[in-house]
Amino acid sequence: MELQTYLLLSAVTFIIGVVGVLARRNAIIVFMSIELMLNSVNLTLVAFSAYLGDVTGQMLVFFVMTVAAAEAAIGLAIIIALFRNKQTVNLDDINILKW
Amino acid sequence: MFSLAPAIVLFPLLGFLFLGLFGSRLNNERLIGIVGSGTVGLSFLVATAIFIEMLGLPPEQRKEIVQLFAWIGTFTGTSTSLSVSVGYQIDQLSILMTLIVTGVGFLIHVYSIGYMHGDPGFWRFFTYLNLFIFAMLNLVLADNFLLMFLGWEGVGLCSYLLIGFWYDRKFETGGYKPGTAYTGDAAKKAFIINRIGDFGFLLGMFLIYVQFESLNFDTVFGRAAVVNVGGEVMTWMTLLLFIGATGKSAQIPLFVWLPDAMAGPTPVSALIHAATMVTAGVYMVARCSILFALAPTTLQIIAVIGALTAIMAATIGLVQNDIKKVLAYSTVSQLGYMFLAMGVAAFGAGIFHVTTHAFFKALLFLGSGAVIHAMHEEQDIQKMGGLKKYMPTTYKTFLIGAIAIAGIPPFAGFFSKDEILWKAFSSDYGSVLLWAIGVLGAGITAFYMFRLTILTFEGEERFDHRHIHPHEAPRTMTIPLIVLAGLSIVGGFIGIPQSLMGGNALEQWLEPIFAPALSKLRVMPHHVEVTEYILMVLSVGIALAGIYGARLVYLRRQELSALWQQKYARIYNILWNKYYLDEVYDALFVRPTLRLSNSLLWKGVDVAVIDWMVNGTATAVAWCAFWVRRVQTGVAQMYATVLVGGIVVILFWLMIK
Repeated sequence: MELQTYLLLSAVTFIIGVVGVLARRNAIIVFMSIELMLNSVNLTLVAFSAYLGDVTGQMLVFFVMTVAAAEAAIGLAIIIALFRNKQTVNLDDINILKW
Repeated sequence: MFSLAPAIVLFPLLGFLFLGLFGSRLNNERLIGIVGSGTVGLSFLVATAIFIEMLGLPPEQRKEIVQLFAWIGTFTGTSTSLSVSVGYQIDQLSILMTLIVTGVGFLIHVYSIGYMHGDPGFWRFFTYLNLFIFAMLNLVLADNFLLMFLGWEGVGLCSYLLIGFWYDRKFETGGYKPGTAYTGDAAKKAFIINRIGDFGFLLGMFLIYVQFESLNFDTVFGRAAVVNVGGEVMTWMTLLLFIGATGKSAQIPLFVWLPDAMAGPTPVSALIHAATMVTAGVYMVARCSILFALAPTTLQIIAVIGALTAIMAATIGLVQNDIKKVLAYSTVSQLGYMFLAMGVAAFGAGIFHVTTHAFFKALLFLGSGAVIHAMHEEQDIQKMGGLKKYMPTTYKTFLIGAIAIAGIPPFAGFFSKDEILWKAFSSDYGSVLLWAIGVLGAGITAFYMFRLTILTFEGEERFDHRHIHPHEAPRTMTIPLIVLAGLSIVGGFIGIPQSLMGGNALEQWLEPIFAPALSKLRVMPHHVEVTEYILMVLSVGIALAGIYGARLVYLRRQELSALWQQKYARIYNILWNKYYLDEVYDALFVRPTLRLSNSLLWKGVDVAVIDWMVNGTATAVAWCAFWVRRVQTGVAQMYATVLVGGIVVILFWLMIK
């Protein structure tokens, strides 16, 4: 398979992730979109690693996955805490840090 | 022993620091009093020891400069760079002044223990007094102009602090804006008027530095010794210095602050506004005698100003009813005599009068303090009378002071005043007119001093017996009175003139200090003349006439004073209102300044320009922020959108580049 195929898939999933983060109002969905972006980057890294025959990229992927796992734990905890306090996970309603 | 000179200055400084830091917590008047006066007493002892050692040395070894540390620049600075050190100069003149300052100062400290008893600001009072002594010693012992100026400003500051010591009390301005002034106003007046003089001193100092490239006394006077007499620069230099002296020593035109300075506690009036600080101007002229000798024009101006001040203040003193005001005007008048002496190149006689005046004027002020104390803060002599029965010690010592200031032999004032009058007559720089003014002033002095004594201590009792029970002052107050009375009797013997079989010890003692100036001025030592005796008898006669007149008017024919007051109402009013000088200054300087400040400087410059700029900046920032802060919505997704948008823009820019 060509490198471009992987990169194209990666770009498409990344943009879906970005749009999800920017446009969706549900915190859970936004959170999932972030995971999507992380994994699209992972895909790019793996693709380049195979293409260049260099394992550094794959190493970095493991690193990203570790961070993502930790982030998932903390992020979900935050969302639960948020829901307990505000009875909502709608991001539009969480806007008190402003002028 | 000479190397101990810095210790003289150090003791009062330590006292000041101790009392200033811990005084409020001590709550122990005895300890505060002992520390306050003890430090000054120690200084006096050291000064006495140095003085005694000096007596045993030949005249040319009596001078020594003790350098402490470099203040500005270095010790070995080149001639063009400013180099000032903190150094103290011990010589015949400075040790004499030190003895007066610490000796009289010590007595007044002791007196204050009794006088200030029970005052909530007891510790503050002694803190200020010690600071004053420290500053005054710097003034008289400094070996350069800048350190002298430091002391000069320091005594001004202490004067300000002590005049306004009872800052919440009102005081009587004496006809001018009655009942409106707080003691703080008097303090401000003293300080501001002194600033005018200080400015002159400062300019004079600049001129000295430009001319002689140094501020050290030795260097400046050494270089001045080879300058020709009568140069224009020298005239300006000495005139500016003299303006400084008129401020500090209360001469025309800047004397108006001194009478109001009486708003302070009486020991302050005695120490600062009679015995020591106000003589700083005289001391400065004496110290710089060689500079003044180079400017005979200035000397003439000084003589005229001195004589005019002497007579003007004496005439005002004739009609004042406040016991301290009379003494204040008499101080101004006596300072006039000292400057008259300086002006006719009789520097020694001037310093002689400084010495004797310190004794008897401190005595008179402390006596008046005892009276005020006994009368429960009453100062109007019209509400006194007959006090000699109640306070015999105060009466006797006050009488001695009055006789001394009137110039009756053999009391102290006679010798010094007569020396000045004789020099005013006989010196090449004096004249018959100056002498005549001086003698007239002496007669008036005798008259008003005995008017004061009689109205206070003799005649019928005019106070309210139901509320006021006069009593003799406590021992801490009477002992200084007795010591000062003793000094007022014998103090003149240090300067008995040759004509009275004396050796004029003081003049000889000071001779090395003034010799360069006198040789510049070609003043020869005079010989005894018959004229001197005639003048002496004349001046004593006039003083006796003054005393007799006072007894006549205020004791035997009391209706006379009221009669004259009506008959010569116009003159009386002028004198009562102090020649309207306060009003003139008010109209000429104070009000225009206030008006200018109000309309132009405040509303024009301060509000319309400076405040506008500052406030405008703030308003502009606030206006921008009002709109810009709308960006911060609190919605995190919006920030993320902007962020992504920014990245996209940057990426596009990178690609098309």
